[in-house]
Order: sequence, then structure tokens, then C-alpha cells
Amino acid sequence: MDIISADNKIIIIGAGLAGLSAAITLAKEGVDSVLISSHPSERAQSVMAEGGINAALNTKGEGDSSEKHFEETFKAGRFIADEKAVREMTAAAPDVVKELESHGVCFNRDENGNIDLRNFGGQKYKRTAFAKSDSGKQIMTALIDEVRRLEVEGKVERLSSHDFVTLLFSDGDKQLVSSAADNADEISDRDKRRCTGALVRNRYTGETIKLIGSAVIMAVGGLHGLFENTTGSLTDTGEAAAELFRLGVTFADLEFIQYHPTTVSSGGKRMLISEAARGEGGRLFADTGKDRIYFMEEKYPELGNLMPRDVTSREIFFMRKKYPVYLDMSDLPEEIIDKKLAGLARDCAKYLKKDIKKEPVEVAPGIHYFMGGIYTGADHETEIKGLFAAGECCALYHGANRLGGNSLLGAVYGGKKAALSALRYANVKCTPYAYYEEPPVSPAGEITAVRRILSDVLGVVRNGEAMRAALQELESLSSKEADFARAFLQCALFREESRGAHFREDFPEERDEYRRRSIAKVVQGVSVDHPF
Amino acid sequence: MKVKVNVLKKQISPSHYLTFEYEGEPDDSVAKLLRYYNEEALSRGDEQIAWECGCMINKCGACAMRINGVPRLACSSFLYEYEEGKIILEPLSKFPHVKDLITDRSAVFEALKRVNVYHAGPVHQDEKNLESRFESASCLNCGCCLEVCPNFNSGQNYTGAVAAVNGYRIAAAADGKAQLKEMRKAYAKHYYEGCGISLACHDICPAGIPVEDLISRSNAALVWGRRV
Repeated sequence: MDIISADNKIIIIGAGLAGLSAAITLAKEGVDSVLISSHPSERAQSVMAEGGINAALNTKGEGDSSEKHFEETFKAGRFIADEKAVREMTAAAPDVVKELESHGVCFNRDENGNIDLRNFGGQKYKRTAFAKSDSGKQIMTALIDEVRRLEVEGKVERLSSHDFVTLLFSDGDKQLVSSAADNADEISDRDKRRCTGALVRNRYTGETIKLIGSAVIMAVGGLHGLFENTTGSLTDTGEAAAELFRLGVTFADLEFIQYHPTTVSSGGKRMLISEAARGEGGRLFADTGKDRIYFMEEKYPELGNLMPRDVTSREIFFMRKKYPVYLDMSDLPEEIIDKKLAGLARDCAKYLKKDIKKEPVEVAPGIHYFMGGIYTGADHETEIKGLFAAGECCALYHGANRLGGNSLLGAVYGGKKAALSALRYANVKCTPYAYYEEPPVSPAGEITAVRRILSDVLGVVRNGEAMRAALQELESLSSKEADFARAFLQCALFREESRGAHFREDFPEERDEYRRRSIAKVVQGVSVDHPF
Repeated sequence: MKVKVNVLKKQISPSHYLTFEYEGEPDDSVAKLLRYYNEEALSRGDEQIAWECGCMINKCGACAMRINGVPRLACSSFLYEYEEGKIILEPLSKFPHVKDLITDRSAVFEALKRVNVYHAGPVHQDEKNLESRFESASCLNCGCCLEVCPNFNSGQNYTGAVAAVNGYRIAAAADGKAQLKEMRKAYAKHYYEGCGISLACHDICPAGIPVEDLISRSNAALVWGRRV
């Protein structure tokens, strides 16, 4: 095994949007980083993001503000997100978008030459900056260009095609506590371990590398691989998160899984029909065979088709028990489709053989995003010193339900914030004594059972009896993925209420006593701590 | 629709083709076929086919391979395109082979570094070239254009069309010619002087990028010093 001592460098696991943002931020602060990923950034799930990124740029004369962005984000998350963190993120959003523009992102422009903004779900103001319906790809390309410059300058080292295996730790680092004097008290109450690196494996050669640095930022994406048929990338396996859970890293809000209202089956998984379609005027209707029922517009006159995703998905779910539901974009001006929804039109033509200018598309909710993930403070540090998280794997900004347009924002801003917080470790000399625990090999095929069990019971609508039976079924499985899956179900069972994306038919009301986050971690080897 | 599939298994010596039948819908993609085979293989305890995939919707470029001899993305190649019912899957041939259908395409990313595809100074966003910059930024870095290029060989100096396609957005957003000085030298040496103008790259792009147009725009800016 090769041992690479990345002196004073910060190790970033995951080279999607959050990881790139972290690397760029560190370089600006004069700190070098190593960017580890199973696949090159160009293949990351972030390139699949379509609709846009939220920022209260207020260029439409609607009186938008960062405060309103905060209020709508916090309310859509049903009041359990980290309030301080959400406030900071929404306040920083306009600068984030301007910085992306300075990196060359090809945002659409309005008639005044400003970055154009579109309506998005759960928001009363035009606040979502976009690049047609390929916003993620365009933002990623610009940040990859910037990281390429940093690579050439020797400030970032990209190790693509390397899988994360496990974390490295060292204990009793007194120098560390003194260097973090501003929050030394907080740190002393935390997990006693200090994260100083990662074990990674080259996917092509099988070679294992012990990579020792000054801190680690996890930016490993969402937990899609633990479920069947999501809209996410197949590269987001959830394996890294399951390994962190095994190591005793605390997770939060695992029961909150976002079902995007408008997805279709394609290629053995779900394909997204971006919320941008409704943002630009697309309409949902149920087809009774005789009439069209525009059920969202009838029930929610103010926001109509652009209610938050949890609400819209539930309405579609229940409506589909009676009638098929369609998304109709055929009334949109051709110019809107060509200039703002070109990618979406192309995908529908290629994969559904549908011309969205002429015919509606039948849609159903599908898993799209995980609000839950690694538990951190507003500074993105976990309970383990030197271990940070950012992007979709980090549960911080979205509470019980994420607003469309806030994931790209959370990834860019979160990566930046995690990097700035990790700077306090950058001058701590690397320990040569890092240790690790070899992860157990999961029984072949067990992940298939885990996916089926979780997907069956953690749907748009849940009930306690089915989830208890699923928990029982998981008892026969022994992998770390199965242990992690138990945490999802325990969080969902413990929350005897309906809040955001977590809707229980046996507890259909939101209850004040549950207005708090769910916390899950492994204690004493295998059992899962009581949520909350 | 039933198809006979041959997958080149190169990691075992001697190389051989794994042959199996797949019955699916005409609209099924080759990527769906491979996923199905691997799920079945897993449940049987058989060895799976090694290949790379991500988005399954033509956005990430991971699943590039030779399909009946033509470099394509498996996720956007459909059974109905192979009416004769025969599909032969092989790894790309211009890149170092790793396993089964996987090749190491690091050469694509190295090529972009070699011709300085990054902003060396402030970015000037001009609405007039927004559409072309958008097209340039849509490149999947999949390597299909390099696979068909008669002049490209992994490990050698010539970068192939990825340099021109991706270089365009840098050239078009430069705030003054001075910041393109190094890029122009690198572009001439590693791209322009090696291109034989076969334009085989133009029609093969899975992202539908107007490759020829971006090449001529990049040449105009980076060879002839014109504003684009």
C-alpha cells in the first residue's frame, strides 16, 4: 500500500459541485487540496441538475430579498432546517451566482442583459437563475475549467477513478485544540477521534492508497444507491455514506426523501422532467377520459402548479389512484421551449419519443433528492474533529423538504463554507500515526434486498405497520448498508407525524412536538441510537 | 424485440466474446440491456460485465463504447436502431484498456490541460456568443470524437477536437488578447498543427454539438487572432 502524506493539504472526497467549490475556495485561501472521486467531475451527478440556482437578485421589480428567500426556504423545509445556516446561505446566494458568472457560466439573459430568473416551486418571486434546462452541466463545466487552472498551477491534485474506502483517524491532538481556540469548548465535547485522512482505492489498478492530510471534506452526493429507480446518477451509490455510518458518524433527517413530482420511467430508472417546465408555464392535469382536471390550479390558486415538491408529489400520488396525470407544455410559446427548455425537449424526444410542443407527458413522482445525510453544525463540521461534509450528503439547509433551485446553491455555498471552516486545520502538521479500521465486505447481492425493502415502504405515503415489517426483514441482513437502512426506518417510524416529504397515513398531521431534527448514529457496534 | 449481444471480454487472456440473448422493447437502450444483464448475473452469482455508467440520459458521457464498431453512448443507443438483431459491444480502442468495456480516458482531461482550457484572466461575458459558449460547455468529454479521429492516439501530443470544442468558450470570453498568449501557442502546437481536417469528429458527437462550427471559431480566435 502506498502512503501519501499530503502535508497540510485538505482532502476532498467527491468531485461534484460541492467538492469543486471547496477546492476552489481552499486555493483562494492559499491551501492546497487533493480531490478524490470514483469518476471524473464531468461524470458527477451535478451535471444532471436542470432547472437552476436560487438567489434573490431582485432584477424583476418584484421586491424579492434574501430575507424572503430565507423565509420560503425555511417554511418549505417545515421549520426544522438549521435556521442559522439557511439564513447565511440565502444571504450569500446573490454573491454565489455572481461568482459563478465570473467563472464563465452561460446563464440565460433577460431583455435588459441581466441574468434571467424564472419561477420555481414554493417561491412567489422569480429567483431561479438558469442556463436553459442544463444549469448543472453549465455550472460544472465552468468550475471544472477553474479547477483545471488550479491543477496546472499545482494547487489542486485530482485523483479521479479512486473509490473512498474508509477514514483515517488519529487521537489526542493537543496542537489541534489550541489552533481552534475559537471553538475549543465545543470541540472538547465532541467525538474524541480526529479525522486525518482517507484510505482510497484506484478503481482501475486496485491499488490502495493511505492518504494523510490535515482535514477531510466529504462531498459524496446523495443516497440514491440505497433505493431502486431514482432520478439520480448511478455513480451516487451511497457506499461512502454507509461506511461513515458504520464508523459512528452521526446522520440526520434520513426519513426526508424528496419525491420529485414529475418523473417518467426510462432506461430502468426515473428520468426527471424539470420543474422548469412548470416554472415556464407547463400545467399538470388529470385525464378522466372525458375532461382534464387542472387539480393543482383548482386546489392551490396562488401557486398552482408550483406548490412545493412535497405537496405537489402527494397531490399527484393521490390523483393517480383515480386518473393518469400529465404535464402539458404544448401551450408554451415555441421560443420559450427553444431558448429556455431546449435540453428538456431534447430528452423527451430522445427517451420518450414525445414532442413536448405538441403533446403532454404522463408523469409520476420519483425519488430525486435526499434532504437527510451527514449531521453537521452550521460550519459544516461533523462531530468528528477534522471531518466536514457538504453538498447533498450533508443534511443542513433543506429540512423536511427542499425547494427546487436550492440544491445547486447548497452545493456551491456548502462546499465554500466547509472549506473556509476546514482552514482552521490547514496549518496543523500531519500526523504520521493515522489508523483505520478495515471495512467488512458486504455479502454479494445484499444491496439489492436493501434497495427493495427501503423503496417499498419509504414512498410518498408511508405507514407504521409496513415500516415495522421492513425493519424486521432487515434483521436477516448483515451488511453495513442494511445497518444504515435500519436508521432510515427507525427515523421514519419514530416520527409519528407528517412533515414535509415524510407523510404517514397513520399520522397525517404535523405535530409541534416533532418540530426538530432526527438524529441517528451507531452506538456499541451495531444498534442505532434513538432518533432525536 | 430479441437481440443477440456479443460483449468483448478483454481482461481474460485470450480475449473472447461473451454472447447472450436479450429480449426487450425496441426503445430499450443498450445501457438498460447491460444493467439488466448485470442484475441477472449478480443473482446467478456469475461475473458481471465491467462498464461505466452514470446518468443514463446522455448527460455524463460515462458509458462511451464501440457499438457495432461505432463509438456511441450506451444510454442513447436503442435496440430499434439494430434491426438485424445483432449488437457487438467493445471498449473504445484509442484509450488504455482497463477491463471489459472500461477504458482509461484520462487522455481527454490531459488534452484540455495541455491547451490551457481555463480562464487565465477576467471573464468577459458577451451575449453575442452566448449560444456558442453554451454549446462549447456542453461537451461530455466522452472521447467519441477522439475514437474516430485518424490523427489522435492516446499518449501522443495531438489533442483532437476536444481542444477546439472546449477551447472556444475560453477564447470567446477572454478579456483582451494578452490573456490568450500562452493558450494560442499551446493550441497551435497540440491541436491546429496536428488536425488533418477529416471532420470525422463532427457527426459522431453524442451531445449533438456543432463540432465543425466550434473548430472554425476556435481556429479564428486562437490561430488568426480574430474576435469570435
